[in-house]
Parts: sequence; structure tokens; C-alpha cells
Amino acid sequence: MSVMLLGQALRGCLGTAQQQLGMGAVSGARTFATALDSKQVTVEVAPFKTHKIDGPSRTVTTNLGELAQLYNTMYKMRRMEVASDMQYKAKLIRGFCHLYDGQEAVLGGIEAALNQQDSIITSYRDHCHVLTRGGTVAQVMAELFGRATGATKGLGGSMHMYRRSNNFYGGNGIVGAQIPLGAGIAFAHRYKKEPQVCVAMYGDGAANQGQKYEALNMAGLWNLPVIFVCENNHYGMGTAEWRAAKSPSFYTRGDYIPGIKADGMDVLAVKQVVAYAKQHALTHGPIVLELDTYRYHGHSMSDPGSTYRTRDEINSMRQQRDPVERVKRLLTENGYPAEEIKKVEREVKKEVDEAVEAAKNAPLPPLDWMYRNIYVDPSNTDMRTVQGSYLTPTFDRSYKI
Amino acid sequence: MFKSAATLTGHTMVEWMPCHVRVYELTSVAGTLARIVSQCRITMQARAFSAPRGVVAQRARAAPRAPTHNARGSLHVVASAKKKELFMWEGLREAIDEEMERDPTVCVMGEDVGHYGGSYKCTLGLYKKYGDMRVLDTPICENGFMGMGVGAAMTGLRPIVEGMNMGFLLLAFNQISNNCGMLHYTSGGQYKTPLVIRGPGGVGRQLGAEHSQRLESYFQSIPGVQLVAVSTPRNAKALLKAAIRSDNPIIFFEHVLLYNLKGEVGDRDEVQSLERAEVVRQGTDISIFTYSRMRYVVMQAVAELEKQGYNPEVIDLISLKPFDMETISQSVRKTRKVLIVEECMKTGGIGASLSAVISESLFNELDHEVVRLSSQDVPTAYAYELEAATIVQSSQVVEAVQKTCGARAVATA
Repeated sequence: MSVMLLGQALRGCLGTAQQQLGMGAVSGARTFATALDSKQVTVEVAPFKTHKIDGPSRTVTTNLGELAQLYNTMYKMRRMEVASDMQYKAKLIRGFCHLYDGQEAVLGGIEAALNQQDSIITSYRDHCHVLTRGGTVAQVMAELFGRATGATKGLGGSMHMYRRSNNFYGGNGIVGAQIPLGAGIAFAHRYKKEPQVCVAMYGDGAANQGQKYEALNMAGLWNLPVIFVCENNHYGMGTAEWRAAKSPSFYTRGDYIPGIKADGMDVLAVKQVVAYAKQHALTHGPIVLELDTYRYHGHSMSDPGSTYRTRDEINSMRQQRDPVERVKRLLTENGYPAEEIKKVEREVKKEVDEAVEAAKNAPLPPLDWMYRNIYVDPSNTDMRTVQGSYLTPTFDRSYKI
Repeated sequence: MFKSAATLTGHTMVEWMPCHVRVYELTSVAGTLARIVSQCRITMQARAFSAPRGVVAQRARAAPRAPTHNARGSLHVVASAKKKELFMWEGLREAIDEEMERDPTVCVMGEDVGHYGGSYKCTLGLYKKYGDMRVLDTPICENGFMGMGVGAAMTGLRPIVEGMNMGFLLLAFNQISNNCGMLHYTSGGQYKTPLVIRGPGGVGRQLGAEHSQRLESYFQSIPGVQLVAVSTPRNAKALLKAAIRSDNPIIFFEHVLLYNLKGEVGDRDEVQSLERAEVVRQGTDISIFTYSRMRYVVMQAVAELEKQGYNPEVIDLISLKPFDMETISQSVRKTRKVLIVEECMKTGGIGASLSAVISESLFNELDHEVVRLSSQDVPTAYAYELEAATIVQSSQVVEAVQKTCGARAVATA
């Protein structure tokens, strides 16, 4: 069993099986010859920092096909988040909108190392998780616009997007609360004897929540197959990590739980470490990962992002460490034709533009959906409202994703 | 006086030291019913007054049997019953045991539920039968293990999360409110959280302020959860089984002082509706709405009131959210006076919500304003007399009925 898992993990690392990647909708037919797809690319990633564990090797082997796939996904994430920015400024998206641009390598690498049966849960920076778990840009856009065709029918909004069919557990508004949920999902995997892990993602701000340590303790106690991933973008809204955490080495804060820190702007480094972590979680128990990343936007669209950090810092990150550019560079350096890259970019742009247009024209959720799905299958619910009459909430049984 | 009453109806009395409250077992009610329809077996009730809307009787709920007369409230009385008397904690334990046996996804998590057997013995010995994973001893981290329970429920398990005392669950409020109650809605119907959050609450024997809390008032606003309060061994077992089988998150309120109450419990098929109130005593003068331990305080007052010629109707709410407006409105239309007797605080309590609902929707059916007897808005003191003065006593109930209904000629014989 463990040999099988090890083999699976290694195959994940080498990236020959594209179905391991579990990426969302791949846009555009790839007319490229598979000979070039399988051209091997070997990269030496930045050294890993480890805590009570050996850690994976720095040499990552992949192929152009996988890199192209990753570029497609990451570029789509980038364009979608930038489009969300524009639509927020046009006041079509309201409320809180937390954007993921700059952090694409984290999710891209994680999903490259997992399959769709592994569970994933995160906090409110969740738009891109819908994409990697079988959703489309159109669903995300419609949800941000509050339309009935959205990922959660317009009822959840930016912070509450889920995809049960592909084991994406959301989308949680209260930061840090998703960590015990992740431990519970991993508990259920063990309970049902499934060889899956749960990746519980949180940020450097949430890393100071008490419930994280409660979850770490329980996960360690019962060897739950959970990978705690700290996406360290160095700012908890407006507070820099060194001002909030006595010990900003988040990968060591699990104490008795081993930890590894990797460069979160390098998708191959992330993939390598997550594959290693998955194998560890399935055989030994929980592990903490810290992925050093950066977000270009502020905490959310209400935050300009420049009052607590300098524009120079943001620009230098863009120039030196941009994750999407890095994959593009790897592709072109290894002989991937520029027209193919341009083709991918055109198609993604088209998909995002069409999604925005579709969302603008999509219908609003009808008013009676306000009472729908508060309870599951109630039989005696007409005692609920108060204005002298009793409303029976409706429950559409076909209402599933 | 009480002793002779006891032998007449054939039930036993349990005397509690600090509050001098006499507890009547509800076998008196069941005994009466048993005498009318002897050899009765109580099964799951279908809606008595209208067809279930859009919902065919579900697999987990038994198909409705032919109703008999006098079957008001939540119980249909149909076939033969076994007479088995257990403590309430034993009844709860049986419910958990039977449901865990029936469904392998049911599991228990909480502090000291496993090897210790549960602080109130509700899971005594179950870990030996089901193993440590299904009866999980958690560390002391309510927020953490409640979140774990919710996460496990999202994947399809049916955890029963125990708070050693309901008051501790204040630490888990975020998980209960945001991640459990709202999840089915915000996920657009994708995820359900079939959790049962149970534990003892209420004022006990000089337990001090922080261990005498009544959380039903805090939880009642959370959309998406159901609140159930049990009062007898029979309804405790039947309701817990229903709660475990329900797909909605249920917050299940037990009471610290009721665990050693002895009474009849049903068999493994007896499941009670989570949304129906229980009519404890039919009457015409006034509707007394109550729940949990206050039911016994009210019944003690009723014994006194009967002698004075009053005929109160007593209804045990059972379902604190949603209210069983059907039973409630029927009772109010009949008696036209309402008295709410509850253990939670006056401010923002269950009685406050119920009073508002009754005033708004049944205003023309009332002859008198809704009277609420609730605990004082103070932390529960340690000293015995002060604690007793904080909660409602039966003499206050008697007084309230006298004031509301006016004087009565004493009934002859």
C-alpha cells in the first residue's frame, strides 16, 4: 500500500500522467505534437528549510506538457483575478473581494501534486480553487456578481465558494476556522479508510489563531492525514508578519509536527514539497508546509495595499519572482513555441471576457431562494416565520452541483 | 400530601436537596394513556393536520400508522410496548448505542466520552464496543473539536459532539454558527452538516455561575440549526435517535439535574418528531408553555392549582427552534391565556421569542398579555438560597396562574 502510494507520489513528481494533475477545464485543443510535450525539463529549485524532517530533493524533473498545463491554469487564475479587480472598480462586484494574483504558484503546485479525491479547504481567498476543482471562470464571475448561475447560486459570494463534487470544502469567511474543519475532513478520510489527504490552507495571519494549535494537537495525536499549508504572503491584512508573530518561522510552529518551508513563487518547488508531504501524511501523519509567496493586490479590494508596504517592494516581486512569468520563461527556454503560448493566452483572455459578459447578463437569484436550503429536507418547516403567516420554505431536489 | 398522590398514580418521586423540588415522573401521563389504550407502542408521528408538504415520509422516519383518538401532540399510540424503566442517562446511552450500531457513520466525539465513559455516563462502555475512533476522546479544545466535527460531517459522517457542559460550547460558537448552521445555505445546498451537538445545561446544584448557563437563548438566532430540549427519559431517547438520523444540525439540550430521572423508554424503533411539542396535560384555563426541567416545576404547581380549581393546559415545547406553532396556536385559541415558564434569562430568552411570536400572530386570540416567568438576569450565585431565588419556583407559577386567570371557586371533591 505504501509502495503504491510512493509510486503514485513519484509519478506525480515526474508528471508524466496528466490526469494526476487534476486541473480544471483546459481551454483550447492542444494541437502540439506529444513528442515535444514529453520533453524532459530538469530544474534545481531553491533549497527547502526543514523542521524535524528530511525534506525532498531540490532536483525537480518535469516535462513541457505539464509545464504548459500549469501555465494555462496559472495564467487563467491571473487573468480572472485581474478581471475581478476591474469589475470591482466598476461596482459590479461588491462587498469583500480577496484576490489571489501573485499566489498562483501555491495553488498550481498543490493541485499538481494531488488528485481530485484529495480534499482541500481554504479561507476566503478561494476564487482560484473553484477553477482547479472542476469549476469554470464563468461560475466564479457569476458568483462574484451575485447571479443565479454562480458557483453557489449567488448566495455565498466571494468568500463562500464550494465544489463538493471535487472535494473542495470552501471558502470560509472566518479566518482560521477552516483549520479544524480540515482536521475533521482528514479524520473522516481515516475513519472511512480512504487513502486521501486533506490540505488545509491558511495564511500567516491565521497562523496565530488558537484553533490552529488545537487542530495541530489533535492531528498529531491521532496521525490524521492532513497537510497544513501556510500561504505566507507576509501580511495579515495591514500587519506585517514580524509585527504579529513572535516566531515568523511558521513551518516550525507545529513544534512536534514536522515542517518544510519552500519558495511559494516557484510552482515546481511547491509541487515537489506537496507530493512529498502527501506521502508523509498518508504514512506517518500531519505535516506543516510554509510557502513563501506574495500577493500583488492588497488584502482585499477595500485595501489599497500600499499603506503598509512600498510600491518598490511590489514591483520588485513582479519583476523578479512572478510565478506565471517564471513558468513562461521555463517553457520558452526549453523550446516551447511562442505561438503556442500566445494561443493559450488568447484563449484564456477570451474565456475570461466571455465569462464577464455572461455574468453581466445572468439572472439574479429569485427571492424565494432566500428561504431555500436553510435546512435539509425538513418536513415540518411551516412554523418558521413570524408575520402572522407561516411560510413553507421550498426545497428543490434537483438543486445540486 | 405528595406521598399519597404518588401511590395513587403509582410512580416514584425523586427528591432534590437544594431546591426542594419534587420531580414527578411522567409515567403518570403515560400511565393514563396506557390505561385508556392498554398495551400501546409509540411510534413516529406523521403530521396530524396536513399532508407533509412536498415530502413523502422519509426512509428514516417510519411510515405513519393508523392514528388513534386522543393522540395530540407528538405521539401516535398504536401497538404494544415493553415496560422498561431506565435513568435518563441510560436512555440517552441506549439511543447512541442503537444508532451507532445501525449506522456506521455515526460517531461520538467529546471530552472524556471514551475511556472515562462520559461525565454523565451517557457513553459508558461504548468505546469498548465501537473502538477509539468511533468514540473519540478529544483534548480540551471546544473550538477545535467542534470544527473537526463539522468538517467530518461535511464529508458524510454523522458525529455526535458532546460538550461536557453546554456552557463550554460558547468557545465553539463560531464553528456552530458560521461553519455548521450556515453551511447548507452558503454552499448553495451542496454540503449538509448532520451533526448532533449535545450536552447538559441549566442550573444545577450550586455549580456556580459559569457552569449554570442556559445557552438556548444564545443559539436560537443562528439560522440553520434546530434546537431541541428533552425532559423525560422517554422523549430523551426518542428525540436523540431522531436527532442523529436528521440531516440538519441539532443542538440537543439536556439538563444536569435530569440525568437520574427514572422512567419508561421506548424500543429501538421509537423516534419522536423533532419539531413537535408535547401536550403534558390537557386543560382549558390557561396555556403554560415550558421546557426541560421547568416542566417538573410546572407540574408541581399544577398539582396545587388543581386543588384550587384551575384547569391549566401544560405544553412541553420540546422544539425550541422552530416553535411548534400548530400545537401552540391551537392551545392559545382554546385557553386565550398564556404563561411561559422557562429557565433561561428574561432578556433575549426563548420566552422572549415565543412571547413576541404569540403576540404578533395570535393577538386577537388573547384575553391577557403573555406572562413570562424566567430566571433573573443575573449570574447564578453559589449560595443555595440565592440560586433558588434566581430560577422560577413552583409557588411563582401558582401565583402567576392565579393572577392571570382570576379567582376560582374551589372544585368540589
